[in-house]
Parts: sequence; structure tokens; C-alpha cells
Amino acid sequence: MDLNLKATELSLALPGTDDLPEIKTTTTTTSNQIKTNKRSSPDIDASVTDESRSAPTPKAQVVGWPPVRSYRKNILQGKKVEPEMGSGMFVKVSMDGAPYLRKIDLKVYKSYGELMKSLEEMFACMIGLYSENDGYKGSKHAATYEDKDGDWMLVGDVPWEMFVTSCKRLRIMKGCDARGLDL
Amino acid sequence: MSEDNSGGGKVRNSVSGAGTVTGTVAGAGEYFTAYPDQVLENVIENVLVFLTSRHDRSTVSLVCKSWYRAEAHTRSDLFIGNCYAIAPKRVTDRFKRIRSIALKGKPRFADFSLLPVDWGAYFTPWAHAMANAYRALEKIYLKRMLVTDDDLAVIAHSFVNFKEIVLVCCEGFGTTGLALVASHCRNLRVLELIEDDVSVSVDEVDWISCFPTEGTTNLESLCFDCVEAEVNFDALERLVARSPLLKKLKLNTPVSIRELYKLIVRAPQLTHLGTGSFNPFVEINQQQGDHQEPDYAAAFAACKSIVCLSGFREIAPEYFPTIVPLCGNLTSLNLSFANVNAEQFKPVIRHCHKLQVFWALDSICDEGLQAVADTCKDLRELRIFPVDAQEYDEGPVSEVGLLAISLGCRKLQSILYFCQQMTNAAVIAMSKNCPDLVVFRLCIIGRYRPDRVTGEPMDEGFGAIVKNCTKLTRLAVSGMLTDRAFSYIGQYGKLVRTLSVAFNGDGDNGLKSVLEGCTNLQKLEIRDCPFGDSGLQSGLHRFYDMRFVWMSSCRVTRQGCLEVARRLPKLRVEVFRRDEEEGERGDFVETLYMYRSLDGPRPDAPQFVEIL
Repeated sequence: MDLNLKATELSLALPGTDDLPEIKTTTTTTSNQIKTNKRSSPDIDASVTDESRSAPTPKAQVVGWPPVRSYRKNILQGKKVEPEMGSGMFVKVSMDGAPYLRKIDLKVYKSYGELMKSLEEMFACMIGLYSENDGYKGSKHAATYEDKDGDWMLVGDVPWEMFVTSCKRLRIMKGCDARGLDL
Repeated sequence: MSEDNSGGGKVRNSVSGAGTVTGTVAGAGEYFTAYPDQVLENVIENVLVFLTSRHDRSTVSLVCKSWYRAEAHTRSDLFIGNCYAIAPKRVTDRFKRIRSIALKGKPRFADFSLLPVDWGAYFTPWAHAMANAYRALEKIYLKRMLVTDDDLAVIAHSFVNFKEIVLVCCEGFGTTGLALVASHCRNLRVLELIEDDVSVSVDEVDWISCFPTEGTTNLESLCFDCVEAEVNFDALERLVARSPLLKKLKLNTPVSIRELYKLIVRAPQLTHLGTGSFNPFVEINQQQGDHQEPDYAAAFAACKSIVCLSGFREIAPEYFPTIVPLCGNLTSLNLSFANVNAEQFKPVIRHCHKLQVFWALDSICDEGLQAVADTCKDLRELRIFPVDAQEYDEGPVSEVGLLAISLGCRKLQSILYFCQQMTNAAVIAMSKNCPDLVVFRLCIIGRYRPDRVTGEPMDEGFGAIVKNCTKLTRLAVSGMLTDRAFSYIGQYGKLVRTLSVAFNGDGDNGLKSVLEGCTNLQKLEIRDCPFGDSGLQSGLHRFYDMRFVWMSSCRVTRQGCLEVARRLPKLRVEVFRRDEEEGERGDFVETLYMYRSLDGPRPDAPQFVEIL
């Protein structure tokens, strides 16, 4: 629908003066970009924009438009608003009975040994190292983690590198509860 | 006549006492009888105790000095619409007996990333001023302010009788601050966190466990749906069990529907419920093989007092019908985080005959809106938000839905409607069918869109709104508008107090019409419109009577702003850029934000803000 409204648009500006200032654009999220390409802008929008703006592109986002609070947008997009943490791999660590949750950066550790030691210090409790033969024999607490699929596993089941990429969060359980996870 | 407040030995009796006055002068061996003025002032004080409207109180305080003092002594509720309009010290000097305070900080466009971070609105100086001056403070309401954990600590430790805290669209605090409030405010009745940005930090504190664990609590309202951090559910369950007065409970996303079930069976007296996630995702606490699902519908049916329902995050639509037993009682339903389509929505809404407030996503489509129109004859407030907040040619809701609502919901008072396309005819129809409209906010997401059918500007539609809706106090316009639209607004919008304009207009005449015509205008927020200095100048006679004016990405120059600042010394004229920008705007100002103030320029302005 090309009504060429620009030609008939009234304007109080003097002939030859700059038109409306450029609208700032921000980048869109990738999922939205796919949708944008599917529904391209009609000519009508192009004809109404000012001459001084750059040629109409596939709909660019304008800052703060439409006026929907980012709080609302984030929830609908299912985005977790995590603070900027650089390239770290932060996971939450909870311990049954402790009032504090912690966050640790898995990238900092090179092995299960290092991780366990750090957790011990953090929660001042004894977590035995898992061993294939003995299980968590003798320790009061056991470290478990939630993997990408949402399953709860004992820490130590899989090779370290695989653990680091699949671990979403950690939970230090009482030893007796952990035994049920042994498959 | 000298009214000696500081010395002189006069004893001022408290308001709750009898209206007599004693006066002594130390050492003189004589008694002075009270001046007649003193008697009058005391009488006034006792009368003013009953005066609650802040507008009336303001009028009273202007009568004479005596009445001013009497009013200052008896005011207990303070409302400050702009925290920079006055310095805390001036407030605490004037008012001595405040029990409740409401403070608003950032301008509304901050919600849409148009205000730079670190702009201001710090609660800290207020917290400290009140900690010293208002030991009997009971209630705090803050909107769009920066509140730190330290500020919450000050609140927790300073006010023995503290009862209510409501934080709306605030940020800067985390679970540490919440824990302090929960631990120390033993008389807490209301803790409401509404759309705040509660910071996610390295240490998350189990604040729910910090509420008193012995005996019953006084809690009437606990709303923490915006808190991202998981709460200790066992502690929450115990807290709810020992809060017999709890009426409002709004849970956050990590609370699953199974956990919700456990809570509502313990709190059948609830009137306002906000669910957490509305899906049965398995949690870690569940034993293997426990597939028994609770009877959610029965649990909801038992909550005979619930009139307000919200939440429904991450909704699994097949669980939605479990709320049907509640629907007949509902007066308020907020589905604005629930992506449900018309098919899923219609079977539920058709039971909601008493609904007065309804918020939803446009996922329900025009068809869903028709269902609302068919059932909710008592509807007063409607808000439809977009699932996908971007510009498209078409959207799931349109003029069809708006027209349906206007025909079915004749008592409508407030509407916020996001859509991609609109017609003048539908808007005109609403103006005639819903004459009680007080708030009309139409957001046509596609900028500069004319009437979809006729291709004309949306002037006539908005014109009809201001003309026919004689009670209108709040208006937000969108779409393609010319000077004519603003001329209508100026001509008919005599009661309009808040006006939002974005990507509209032809030129300065539009702004002029509004500033000259809307004699009750308080809040004016404009972005990306071709309004410049001459339009701005035409409002000089009004700016002292307004709370604020915001103009961003318009055609106002620095010179024009300087001129306003020069002419109106009590106006704080702030100019700033949104961020480091590549393009130079020449002499044009990126953002102008101005507001009246009784005190000098604010001392906490960041470097990028220039106060002219």
C-alpha cells in the first residue's frame, strides 16, 4: 500500500532544513530477527520516514519502543537477567540446612579435587571424594548437581570437562538422601 | 503579635490531648494566659486531624501562618510526587509528625531505557533524614527510586513501629536488605515488591527465614513476585501457616504449582493470590515415583475469598482450567505473563462475570477480547500487552478487539491497549460507548501508522476521545497525528493531567495547543516529535503548575532551554544525553527534563546531566 504520504505531509520546517533527527537503533535478539525477516516492512512506513534517515532497512529496533518495560519483556522471553559476569561459568550452590546460597565460577577449577576443596571451605563441612568403589562411604554430605536435562546426578560421575559444560547448579545433600541417586 | 515558637516557655500540648493550653514563663512568678491566637491554633489542630486529602491540607496551609503551623503539626501522610522538588531537610523542618510517606523518583520514561543509569533518585538522604526526624514512621511507599541494602537497614533499625513497605519499580537492593527488614520489623504488616529489580548477587540470603519464627505474625500482605532468587519453601510454608491475617500473597517464579498447592491449603483466607510458575515441572524434593498430582481445582475451589488472581508465569496451558472454580468470585485477573491463546482462554473467561480489572497478553487475540466483552459486563480496567514487542504489519489484536470491548464493556474507565493497527472508527466508537473513560492509552506499535482502512491520520479518533470522554485525566496517543489532533486535545482535554506523546505531530503548533489548552496538565512526556523552542516557550505560564515536562529526541535547542531556565528560576531544567552517541545533534538537546523545585539544583546530579 503506497500512499506516498510524505508528499502531502504538512511540515513547519523551512524548505531545505534537516528533518527529524535520526532515531537510535539497538540490536535485536536473534529469535526476533528471524520473525522480522519474515514480515517485512510495508512501503507505507518507508514513505513516511524522513529523508535524512538512512534508507529503510528490515525493521530496526528503536530504543524504548514500544513502551513495554524490560521487566515484562524479560519474563516473556524467558530470559534470566543475570548480571554481567564476563566469560565465567557461574552456578548456584546450595546446601541443605544452610541459609545462604553461593555462586561459584566453575571455570576457575581444573578438577573435582579443587572444586570439592573449595566447597568444603565454603560450607565448612566434610564432603568425601567420590570413588568408583566406595561411593560416598563415611561422609555426612554428598555433592550433587543438576545437569542440562534437569536430572540430578552425583558429582564425580562423569569426566570433569563434561561436568563443567553440563552442570547447571549444585546442591550439597545429606549423605543418606544422596544414596537414592546411585544408579 | 509575636508568636514565639522556640523560646518563651509555652508548652505545646499533643494533638491527642484536650484542647487546652498552659503557658508559663520561667522565673517570672507570673502566669500568662494563652494568647487568643494560640487557642485558635489548637482548635484548628484538632479539626485538621480529620482532614486527610493532601489538596485540602495544602489549601488550609495557605490561609495564614497560624493555620500553616497547625497543618504542619497535624499532617501524618506525606506525598512527594518528585523527590527532587524539595530537599529532605525542608520536609523534616516543616512536618514533625509524619507516619507515612510516599516518594516518587525517576520520570516514567526511565522504564523504557530513556534515562541514563546513575541519573539519580537516591533514597539514602531521605532514609537518613527520616531516621532522625520521624521515629514513629509506619509506612513507606517508593516508586522508581534507588534503594540500597543500607537504606533498608536504616529502615529496619530506625522505626520501632514500622508496618508497611511498598517498593514499586525500584532497584539497588537485594536479599540482604530484605532479610534485615524481615528480622527487625516485628510489626510488619505489608511487604510488597512490585516490578522491582532485585539484584542477583553472589550471596543470596534466605530472607524468608528471617521473619520471626515464634508465635503468629502480623503479616497481611507479602508480595515478592519480582524477586528472582529462590526462596526457602519450607520456611515460606511455615510463615504462611503462622500468619492468620495474611490476605495477599504473591509468589515468585521459582515456586511451582505443587508448592502453591501446599500454601493455599494452609491459607484459605487469602483474598489476593499471585501464583509462581503455573506448571508441574518436577522439583528436586520429589521422591522418585511420586506421580500423584494434587487436586488443584479442589484446592482453588476451597479458596472462597480469592477475588484477585495473578502470576501464571511459564504457564502450562492444560493447567489453566483448574482456576475455573474461582472465576465466579474474581474481580481482578492478571494474565499478562501467561501466553495463552484464544482456545485456551475462552473456557476460563466465560466464568468471570464479576471481573472489573483484566490484564492480558495479545495472545488471546481479537477472539479472546470478544469473549471478554461477552462476559465481563462490569469491566472497569483493561490492559493488553504485546507478547512480541516489535513493529509488524499485523498483530493478533486490532480495531476489531477494541470495538468489541467498547460494545460489551460500557463501564470501562481505564484502558491500555497495544496493537499494530487501528482505525478512527473503532476509537470513535469507544469514545461514545464508554463515556466513563478516565484513562485512555492507545499504543499503535507501528510508528506513524494512519487509519488502517481510510489511510487518514488518527486525529479524529483521539479527538473524539477528548471530546466525548469528559472525565478523561490521562491520555497516551500514538499513530500518525497532525496538528489537528493536538488542537482537539487542547480544546477539549481540560481535565487531562497526564499526556504521553511519541512519534507524532507536525510541528510546534501541536505543542502550543496542548500547553495553552490543557489547563490542568501536570505531567507531559514527549519523545521523538517535531516540537521545538517556540512550542516550549508557549508553556512558560504553566510550568510552575506542573510536576514535570519531559522532551527527548525533539527539536528543542540548548538556547531554548536556557531561555526557559532564565525566565523561571524555580524550575530545574536538566539537559542530558541518553548515552555516548555517535551522531552530533548540533544545537539540539537530546533530553530535556524539567520540574519545579523549592530548593536549589540537586547536589547529586551526575556529570552528564547539566542543570541550566
